[in-house]
Amino acid sequence: MISSGDTAWMLISTALVMLMTPGLALFYGGLVRSKNVLGTMMQSFICLGIVSIIWVLYGYSLAFGGDINGLIGTLQWAGLKGVGLEPGPYSDKIPHLLFCAFQLMFAIITPALITGAFAERMKFSAYILFIILWSTFVYLPVCHWVWGGGWLGKLGALDFAGGTVIHLNSGIAALTAAIIIGKRKGFHTSPFYPHNITMTVLGASLLWFGWFGFNAGSALASNGTAVLAFFTTQIATGTASLSWVITERIIRGKPTMLGAASGAVAGLVAITPAAGFVGSTAAIIIGFFAGIICYLGILAKERLGYDDSLDVVAIHGAGGLWGALATGLLASFGGTGLLFGNPHQLSVQVIGAVSAMAYSGIVTSIILLGVKHTIGLRVSEEEEIQGLDVSLHGEAGYSIR
Amino acid sequence: MKKIEAVIKPFKLEEVKEELQAMGITGMTVTEVKGFGRQKGHREIYRGAEYEVDFVPKVKLEIVVPAEMTDRVVEAIIKSARTGKIGDGKIFILPLEDVIRIRTGESGKEAI
Repeated sequence: MISSGDTAWMLISTALVMLMTPGLALFYGGLVRSKNVLGTMMQSFICLGIVSIIWVLYGYSLAFGGDINGLIGTLQWAGLKGVGLEPGPYSDKIPHLLFCAFQLMFAIITPALITGAFAERMKFSAYILFIILWSTFVYLPVCHWVWGGGWLGKLGALDFAGGTVIHLNSGIAALTAAIIIGKRKGFHTSPFYPHNITMTVLGASLLWFGWFGFNAGSALASNGTAVLAFFTTQIATGTASLSWVITERIIRGKPTMLGAASGAVAGLVAITPAAGFVGSTAAIIIGFFAGIICYLGILAKERLGYDDSLDVVAIHGAGGLWGALATGLLASFGGTGLLFGNPHQLSVQVIGAVSAMAYSGIVTSIILLGVKHTIGLRVSEEEEIQGLDVSLHGEAGYSIR
Repeated sequence: MKKIEAVIKPFKLEEVKEELQAMGITGMTVTEVKGFGRQKGHREIYRGAEYEVDFVPKVKLEIVVPAEMTDRVVEAIIKSARTGKIGDGKIFILPLEDVIRIRTGESGKEAI
């Protein structure tokens, strides 16, 4: 029986999650040099097209349609055959097609998140090939494991809105990508100033706004769990923004706007797996440590020397890992964590996180090495110096001088 | 005739302009410039990355005067642009061969 209230909320949530991808484009776009702003935004925006088509043709079916050994779905819903306006197996209150649309928006933003790792140097053709392969061979299986009736979900791993499927997954893919594609020309010798932090703050704000759909929408209903997820999202995000700024004030001396925006995203990432499972105090704890852990992750990157240009590993990888583990510690609604007497949950969370990281790391490497040795990953040195906007897209972000 | 170039702190521009107008200077050219001298730049931090910004923003004024006014103009600039702190800038005085007003074709002192 379709509920008009649930359907209305899920329509809105789906649109909110869609807005996160352009929000991410702004977030990343502001962080690069002005000659690469469009190339960077384009990498996020184009996912709205490519992944939509994949989703209809076979993506939704392989992630959610049936099950083969807990590892992957079947092609029973390929072309969305049988996915209609009647309720489906994932919710009896909303049309099946709406669940499919909601999940599509998650599948779109996940590969877009990775783009921060190889910003300012990847060929557009190589990028397109990469996201087709990555969505197919990494996102769809991991999504199936957790949400589509696969082995991790059956094991009892708690992932409310995609901490493992989306953030840990894209964070590890980002680490792999940053290492395989190599550093930007001039890395650590010439300055790479973010060209427009105001744009980044606007992007972070749209992400925060859209994330209410992402987390509260993951209740799949207009109910109390949605309210809980909505509230913990706000609390953890605000706290993480603050704790990041405090940490950088202590370590580097100045509280920055970029830090406040980055901390907010770190908090959003960390609360994602926990949103509907934890209370408000737990949300403060999750957010507080998210800001600190992710900031320290960035300092670690500076030491380790890989060029994860826009810090996807520190924010989505480290933040996603913290969130997955924190869920195992602090869950108290619809699941029970270690601190509430269920140590088993934490071990399940560790198994989930480690297996997603290992799978994502290995398969992403194979894909990237394959692309590298066929069509090549990087733009030429000349194109890199000229900037992706003019060299790849034949346009400039700014023409007012 | 002399050309006086002064590189000053940007926030002092208004004061210098008013001082020079008050003593009868009728024109100047102003450019926003960057450079470094003894004044150190500053640090900017973006997430983990720290950058030393060596070039400090300054304003450069170019003023053309009859030779006999040079000392008074220099004094006026020093008086209005000085803060006493490092980075107040410099004044350069150059000999000038000629000045021509494009509209009328006048040249020399008449054209200043």
